[in-house]
Amino acid sequence: MAIDRDSNVYTIVFATVMVVIVGGLLAFIASSLKPIQKANTTNEKMQNILQAIGLEEMRTLQRDEAGAIFNDFVKRRVTINYKGEILSDKSAADAIDPQDKLDAFNIDLRKEYSRAVKPILSANKGDDEAIKTALSQSEAIHFPIFICEKDGQKYYVLSASGKGLWDDVWGYIGFKADGETVNGAVFDHKGETPGLGSIITEAWFEDQFVGKTIAENGAFTPIKVLKPGKNLNNHQVDGISGATFTGVGVDEMLTRNLEVYYNFFKNNSEF
Amino acid sequence: MSEEKKSEPLFSKKNKALITNPLNSINPVTIQVLGICSALAVTVQMDNAIIMSLAVTAVLIIGNVLVSLMRNIIPGKIRIIVQLVIVAALVIIVDQVLKAYVYDVSKKLSVFVGLIITNCIIMGRLEAFALGNKSWASALDGLGNGIGYGLVLVVVAFFKEVFGSGTLTIPGLGKLTIIPESVYDMGYMDNGLMLLPPSSLFIVAVYIWVQKTRNPELIED
Repeated sequence: MAIDRDSNVYTIVFATVMVVIVGGLLAFIASSLKPIQKANTTNEKMQNILQAIGLEEMRTLQRDEAGAIFNDFVKRRVTINYKGEILSDKSAADAIDPQDKLDAFNIDLRKEYSRAVKPILSANKGDDEAIKTALSQSEAIHFPIFICEKDGQKYYVLSASGKGLWDDVWGYIGFKADGETVNGAVFDHKGETPGLGSIITEAWFEDQFVGKTIAENGAFTPIKVLKPGKNLNNHQVDGISGATFTGVGVDEMLTRNLEVYYNFFKNNSEF
Repeated sequence: MSEEKKSEPLFSKKNKALITNPLNSINPVTIQVLGICSALAVTVQMDNAIIMSLAVTAVLIIGNVLVSLMRNIIPGKIRIIVQLVIVAALVIIVDQVLKAYVYDVSKKLSVFVGLIITNCIIMGRLEAFALGNKSWASALDGLGNGIGYGLVLVVVAFFKEVFGSGTLTIPGLGKLTIIPESVYDMGYMDNGLMLLPPSSLFIVAVYIWVQKTRNPELIED
C-alpha cells in the first residue's frame, strides 16, 4: 500500500478528516459538560447573594449547598430600571426561568456593564449630569433587588458592577430593612492582581462595609473607599495598599448603582 | 514470554532516563528555558501551581502519545498544524473539564489554561520527540517533562507564597499558615513584590544558579 504522504491530495484529505473528527469531539464534550458548568455558575451566584445578606450562618456556606436553600431566604426578586420603574417582580414560588431575561436572578451584571454602562461613562467622561441623563435613558441597564427574609427580619440584596484595574469587578451588597444600613457585602473580580486587588474578595475588606450607611440627613451619601489608615466615618472604608485603582473601581460602582436603589426605596416606601 | 524478552522492558535504563533527565540535566524550564511565562504567572499560590502542572503534564502526555501514534500518517507539509490542532483540542478539553469539576480552580487559572497551548514545552516535545519515537517512550517523555516543569513551578510557588502571603495553599488541605501571627506582631511584613510576576524571575534565576553549582557539567562556557 503505497500512499504518497507528500501528495497534495493526501494532505487535503488528512486535514479534512482531522478537522471533522476534532470538531465533532469538541462539540460533543462541550455540550455534555455544559449542564454541570451552568450549575456551577448558578450556584455561585446564589452563594454570593445569600452571603451578601450578612448572616453569620452563611459564612461557611458551600457553593453546592446554595441552590437548595436559596428560596428559603430569597422571597422576592424584583428588577427595576434607572428611573425606578419595576420591570419584573417574582416571588420565591416562581421558578427561575433561564429564558426570562428580566428575572432579577438572570440579570448579567458584567455584560450590562460592558455593553451598556461603559460606553456611556466613557462618552461623557467627567460630566456627571450627562452620565446620569444617558444612564436613565438606556433601556439596557437593569437593577436587580433580592428581598430576603430571616426570622421575620427583611433584608435587601442589591448589586453593582464596574471596572477595577484590569477587568470587571462586581458585588452584592446586603441592606437592613431600612434600605440604608449595610448588613453584608460580597465582591468578586475577573482579573485583579492576586494578593493586591484580589483582596476585595477577602473577608476583612468585605466586613468593613457592615454597619456603614448610604444616607445622611435624608439624602444619598455614597460609601467611599479611602486610602488606608485614615479616620473613618459612617460612609467610608479602608482601601487596600497597592490596589488603589481597584478601590477606585469599587467606589465608582457603588456610588453609581446604590444611588438608583436609594431613590427607588425612597419613592416606594411599601418595599 | 519469549517475545517480551526480545522487546525492550517497559522501564529500561533508557526509558527511565526519559523521565529523570528532564528533572535536572535537560529541565525544560531552567535549562531549555521553555514555558517560562506560565512559571511567572501562575505561581502566586501553591495550589494553582500544582493544578497547572497537572494540566500541562496531562496535555503533554496525551499529546505526545497521539502524535507518536499518528507519526507515520501525518503529512510532513502540515505537521506543525496537525500538532497545533491536537494540542488546541486537548487544551480546550482540559479547560472544559476544569470548569465543570473544579470550578474554583478554573476561575483562578482563568486565561492560563487556554495559554497552555502557547507553552513552548508542548510543541517542543511533540516536534522533537514524539514525531520520531514510539508511543510508550513518548508517554514517558511527556511525563518526565511535565514533572520537570511542575518541579520548578512548585519550588517557585513555595517561595512566592510563603514570603508573599505567609501561607501555603495545598489542594485538599486548604490554606495553611506558615508564618505565625506572632512574627507579624513583631513587625514582620509580607513582601508585596513576591506576589508579582518579576519575583519569579529572581527565584528561577537562583534555582538555575543552585542547579548549575551542584551540576558543574551543565555550565556552558
